[in-house]
Amino acid sequence: MSDETKLEVRGPIVKFREPQIEMAHGAGGKASRRLVEGLFAPLLFGSQRQPLNDAAHVSIDGARMAITADSFVVKPLVFPGGSIGELAVNGTVNDLAVSGARAEIMVVTFVLEAGLSTVTLQAQIQAMADAAQKANVRIVGGDTKVVEHGKADGMYITTTGIGGLLDGIEVDARSVHPGDCILLSGPVGDHGITILLARGDLDLEGDLQWDTRSILPLVDAVARAAGSGVRWMRDPTRGGVATSLNELARDCGMGMVLFEDAIPVRDGVRGACELLGLDPLHIANEGQFLAIVSPELANAALTALQSTPGGEEARIIGEIRDEPAGAVLVTTLYGGSRIVDMLVGDPLPRIC
Amino acid sequence: MKYVDEFRKPELIRKAAAEIRRLVDPQRHYRIMEVCGGHTHAIYRFGLKDLLPSNIDLIHGPGCPVCVLPMGRVDDALSIAAQEDVIFAAFGDMMRIPGTQGSPLEHKARGMDVRIVYSPSDAIKLAKANPDKHVMFFAIGFETTAPSTALTLVRAKTEKLRNFSVFCNHVMIVPAIRAILDSPDMRLDGFIGPGHVSTVIGCRPYEWIAKNEGKPIVVSGFEPLDLLQSTVMLLMQLQKKEAKVENQYARVVPWEGNRAALRVMAEVFELRPYFEWRGLGFISQSALRIKPAYEEWDAEQRFKVPGIRVTDPKAAQCGEVLKGVLKPAQCKLFGNECTPENPVGALMVSSEGSCAAYYNYEHRKHNRLTSLSLSA
Repeated sequence: MSDETKLEVRGPIVKFREPQIEMAHGAGGKASRRLVEGLFAPLLFGSQRQPLNDAAHVSIDGARMAITADSFVVKPLVFPGGSIGELAVNGTVNDLAVSGARAEIMVVTFVLEAGLSTVTLQAQIQAMADAAQKANVRIVGGDTKVVEHGKADGMYITTTGIGGLLDGIEVDARSVHPGDCILLSGPVGDHGITILLARGDLDLEGDLQWDTRSILPLVDAVARAAGSGVRWMRDPTRGGVATSLNELARDCGMGMVLFEDAIPVRDGVRGACELLGLDPLHIANEGQFLAIVSPELANAALTALQSTPGGEEARIIGEIRDEPAGAVLVTTLYGGSRIVDMLVGDPLPRIC
Repeated sequence: MKYVDEFRKPELIRKAAAEIRRLVDPQRHYRIMEVCGGHTHAIYRFGLKDLLPSNIDLIHGPGCPVCVLPMGRVDDALSIAAQEDVIFAAFGDMMRIPGTQGSPLEHKARGMDVRIVYSPSDAIKLAKANPDKHVMFFAIGFETTAPSTALTLVRAKTEKLRNFSVFCNHVMIVPAIRAILDSPDMRLDGFIGPGHVSTVIGCRPYEWIAKNEGKPIVVSGFEPLDLLQSTVMLLMQLQKKEAKVENQYARVVPWEGNRAALRVMAEVFELRPYFEWRGLGFISQSALRIKPAYEEWDAEQRFKVPGIRVTDPKAAQCGEVLKGVLKPAQCKLFGNECTPENPVGALMVSSEGSCAAYYNYEHRKHNRLTSLSLSA
């Protein structure tokens, strides 16, 4: 074992002092991290401090595998380019993919609201079945609960996914080095802004659409082209790219320096963010991922991504540096720079 | 987005920054106040301080309406909203403003009916959709947002909407600038004047600053190039020892302001004799209240409000930061007890407050690796 793999998680110990749960605790930003690291982790995982990943790697009778759990609370249930059923499958597949695993098996739980129309439910079960077939994952069981009318926005879905580990790829925040490159698989914020506009509260219109998708083919391409150089991956869902990279910065203690002009953002997303005073780096994504790759293999990984269908817009958006330690810095072509923190609270109605 | 991109072009920004470097007198220290919170936010968001010579100090002014609202006003409004069948409606950035018993968002988590609206007319929609409830719109802002509140009140009266009222916290920018200039420990060389407020009031109300106080003021837009150009214009005036009002933001700001907006404000609002500002204290004739002709829609007339004055925590040095005597990070509470998530002082409340902007965009820039514990 090399020296750096013996490093503990860096950064201060988190305490949870809030008297009650607020919406912000589910928004994926700072408050969420405090809840998980300050309340769940100490009680459930004991004093052993490990970086928290999208899936856990476990070993049962010598067989190594990855396991993850996720829940889906989306309003509206169907949005341009996707729906809750499809999202539940792809979200689970993607959490496994970024921890270096290929999803094999899923179980699902439906929490249904009394009064939900059968047509709506059937459409979501079908969407789930189609997505599972496309992603090559088997749904082997599940559970159903019904709650009173008015209690569950139509339906909530929770999933558990199990996957086999991809060969030659080891994902660990503690293996990140200064000089490593930060890759992003495509434009930021499409999913979050699409949902926000689809809710119709804003009287804003846009022609945005984002299809939820499995990122496994893209992760696979990176693993094959640059497997040994891949240090860390994450799908930047709630809290966006900024929150994922801040978590990494705190876990590895290094600085994430992003080049603003290299970050792909569609005009519709930029426009909506300008109007609403939001940072695209804080907007939720689906079907995208961040990868930290060693400098020697970064271009190979980028080429592999760009030549895989759906990865054409991938970019190298920044690099790891010693400083600013434990923080994310965005630099501009004209020489200005700013820190981008984790999302604080909940800038939008909750997304997923 | 093309429109915005023109004001963010790297080569133009670099050129303006070079012009600033050419104009500054290295022997001199410049203290320039950007009045508007939107400017403060833009300066940090675009990292413009990195482009300015070190002898230009930007002092962040009082132009953040969320920041300057005293806690007692929040308590008053929440006490109305605590009554049965009242819906509290406000803009999103009001949701985290602290009252003594917590923010509107925290009250919502405890069961209060709190809704985010994106305009006052959304609040009217909400009232129409909930005829058996009373919708109270928590109105806030400088002259920028006051006209839309005024129009909403006119509409409520015309449509005889009975289940709607406004809790009015509108304030005015010029009395705040006057209070800052009257403060004995304040030494300023010039002002970057507010952009959005000026679309309504125009540039004339600033003429006394140039004439009587001898300070130049340049009304500015919000893009990086706007702010740098305004700084160039200020430096040119200072170099020539001039003091006049200039309008860098002429693409949006008419010199005479927006007469229709001013008219509707005069129809609905009148001056309060005095109003309390967080960090600045009581300022006479600095805020607007709803005229008696509209009192049926004035939440302060319609409901009983406690009207208790809540003093700011003593340890928070908001007043000193606001006047530029202290930098945000020099306040004792900055980053420890006072953060954007749990603001103690006014300037940490909104993303346009100088402490919040500094906290979000600046203060960790210089983190060193050694400052974190490594346990190799």
